[in-house]
Amino acid sequence: MTEMIQTTATRTAETVAARLNRRYTAERRFRALGLGAILLSVGFLAVLLGSIVDKGWTGFLQTQIAVEIAFDPQVIDPEGTRDPATLDTADYAALVRAGMAARLSPEADRATRRDLSALVSTMAADQLRAMVTADPALIGSRATLWLLASDKLDMVVKGQVPRQVGAAGNALNDRQLGWLADLEQAHQTRKTFNTTFFTAGDSRAPEQAGIWGAVVGSFFSLAITLLVSFPLGVATAVYLEEFAPINRWTNLIEVNINNLAAVPSVVFGLLGLAVFLNVFHMPRSAPLVGGLVLALICLPTIIIAGRAALKAVPPSIRQAAAGLGASPLQIVAHHVLPLAMPGMLTGTILGMARALGETAPLLMIGMVAFIVDIPKSPLDPSAVLPVQIYLWAGSPERAFVEKTSAAIMVLLLFLVSMNMVAIVLRKKFERRW
Amino acid sequence: MTLNVVLPQSSTKVRATALDVHYGDKQALFGVDLDIRAGEVTALIGPSGCGKSTFLRCINRMNDLVEGARVSGSLTIDGSDIYDRTIDVVQLRARVGMVFQKPNPFPKSIYDNVAYGPRIHGLAQDQAELDDIVMTSLEKAGLLNEVKDRLLETGTSLSGGQQQRLCIARAIAVEPEVILMDEPCSALDPIATAKVEELIDELRENFTIVIVTHSMQQAARVSQRTAFFHLGKVIEIGDTEQIFTNPQQPLTQGYITGRFG
Ligand SMILES: Nc1ncnc2c1ncn2[C@@H]1O[C@H](COP(=O)(O)OP(=O)(O)OP(=O)(O)O)[C@@H](O)[C@H]1O
Ligand SMILES: [Mg+2]
Repeated sequence: MTEMIQTTATRTAETVAARLNRRYTAERRFRALGLGAILLSVGFLAVLLGSIVDKGWTGFLQTQIAVEIAFDPQVIDPEGTRDPATLDTADYAALVRAGMAARLSPEADRATRRDLSALVSTMAADQLRAMVTADPALIGSRATLWLLASDKLDMVVKGQVPRQVGAAGNALNDRQLGWLADLEQAHQTRKTFNTTFFTAGDSRAPEQAGIWGAVVGSFFSLAITLLVSFPLGVATAVYLEEFAPINRWTNLIEVNINNLAAVPSVVFGLLGLAVFLNVFHMPRSAPLVGGLVLALICLPTIIIAGRAALKAVPPSIRQAAAGLGASPLQIVAHHVLPLAMPGMLTGTILGMARALGETAPLLMIGMVAFIVDIPKSPLDPSAVLPVQIYLWAGSPERAFVEKTSAAIMVLLLFLVSMNMVAIVLRKKFERRW
Repeated sequence: MTLNVVLPQSSTKVRATALDVHYGDKQALFGVDLDIRAGEVTALIGPSGCGKSTFLRCINRMNDLVEGARVSGSLTIDGSDIYDRTIDVVQLRARVGMVFQKPNPFPKSIYDNVAYGPRIHGLAQDQAELDDIVMTSLEKAGLLNEVKDRLLETGTSLSGGQQQRLCIARAIAVEPEVILMDEPCSALDPIATAKVEELIDELRENFTIVIVTHSMQQAARVSQRTAFFHLGKVIEIGDTEQIFTNPQQPLTQGYITGRFG
């Protein structure tokens, strides 16, 4: 008897040993494959992010030129009335031109003057207007001001295009490049943080274009989305999971919800166009409509996540409450919903993150319009971040390339922070029972 | 609040007559006739899957929560039909409390666990009365000394045995007439088990208790009457003493002597 056990034992040991090597090789191979897959995907991600950052980081900087401006009373207010209307409509661009000419080419003819003013953004004139209307006492004085450079100069200063006449993307001529060299020699150019980018709306002139309008538009849209889809989604999930009888109808609804989650978002855009715009005549390009369409897109995700969260609440909690005589609504409201809420919120945030990045459905409802003003309410026409990126990516000006990448970075930052919040939430409220 | 009347020994609290239970196509109970007497501990024993839990869940209609469960036959509490349309299940469950096999405290504070039942049923007029109910219930469940300094800690932070006694405190805080216990000690160590058994013995004064157990010793220790279930039928019911010393049915005999089950 003992002998027999002994021989089987040796035989088992031998067989196992013989296969051991093969087993370990298979394991190593599998691990190597997995590692390779991870490296590959991380590599792609790194290349993608790297190229975006590389192209876009200069978008956060803007070039300025120091120009001595004479606030000439003859130009601003020849009659000396200091009438605000006069001050407001005065030709400040002429002051800028004069200042540039005085510094770079005192005997400038018309063509030269045009070349000169092409170095400065038209926003410089607005800058002067704002200064003068705020403080009319400036009239008659002289001051050296940092004026916003034009996008053409900006590109050359940042080294985005070669300093060579006729080179691809370089819109400056010989004379202008010479002036630039002159200014740089005298340290009269500088690169500073691009506040315009974070405070302005869209613009045809790249150096004046900003994402704030799109950020506000996205915020309004997402607020509407959240307000509509969260209560609806949670109520639906609770009803389907906790109250609805299981029958053919609820099964049909369930299948449909799962299918809706997979419907291409552009279809929701068409639906929004047909229903919200054509039937209800809601304002075109408005975050209100965008938010409603995005709510439709998020809804299935929120419902599915919500049901999963409800399912994850252990039945023992429901039984405990029911055993004490809690009514079905009390069971849900007092016990199940609070426990499921973190999961529901996580699902909602992920849905919101998806909504933030949606582009196609918004194109369908006209949010692709060129809008300069910052929206003041969800009813104002507005852009949203991804559509802004889409618009800039399609613009011919070389300077929009960096703006596009910079806007992508801002969008990614929002997305990453939303996902982080979701992760933190999940970690914080992880199963405590 | 508790009435300390001595209940007449033979008054029937819960009576099942020809009770059938189906889960979908599967029949789990076959014509069960069983009387549960007031003021006594009735033990339900029998092999796994014989329908003890099913019977227990009928008494407070927890089977309503089970998809596809159907109950037919008659089941009465104090003479009124538990499955009658006019009986409100919320009210029924306030009269018939339940303690589950696995301790299942709410992930809330110890205090809130016990206070939950009285709160939803509006049993306390003010905070002081609620405090009082919570304290007496914890006291009766033999848990007060262990938790009186940590009432605001979460109930899930207690040990398994303490959690089970917390669940008992939670059940008796509603002052039910009947307490159903489904293998309340199966997750507990012998010391915690002994405490719960002692507790059951004390609770018998004020409550009618039905307990499902797999331990013959436990049935013998805590119950006055024992019912033996087998394959969905009640094979035998009688005084605990008689069932364990002198069973009338060969099946019962076989089970308690450990020949099967
Ligand atoms: N929810 C359910 N759905 C379908 N069948 C069920 C369900 N609950 C119990 N049953 C069946 O009913 C029969 C009785 O089950 P029950 O849980 O009452 O047994 P039990 O005596 O409590 O067993 P145990 O001692 O193992 O707890 C079993 O055959 C079981 O398979
Ligand atoms: Mg059972």
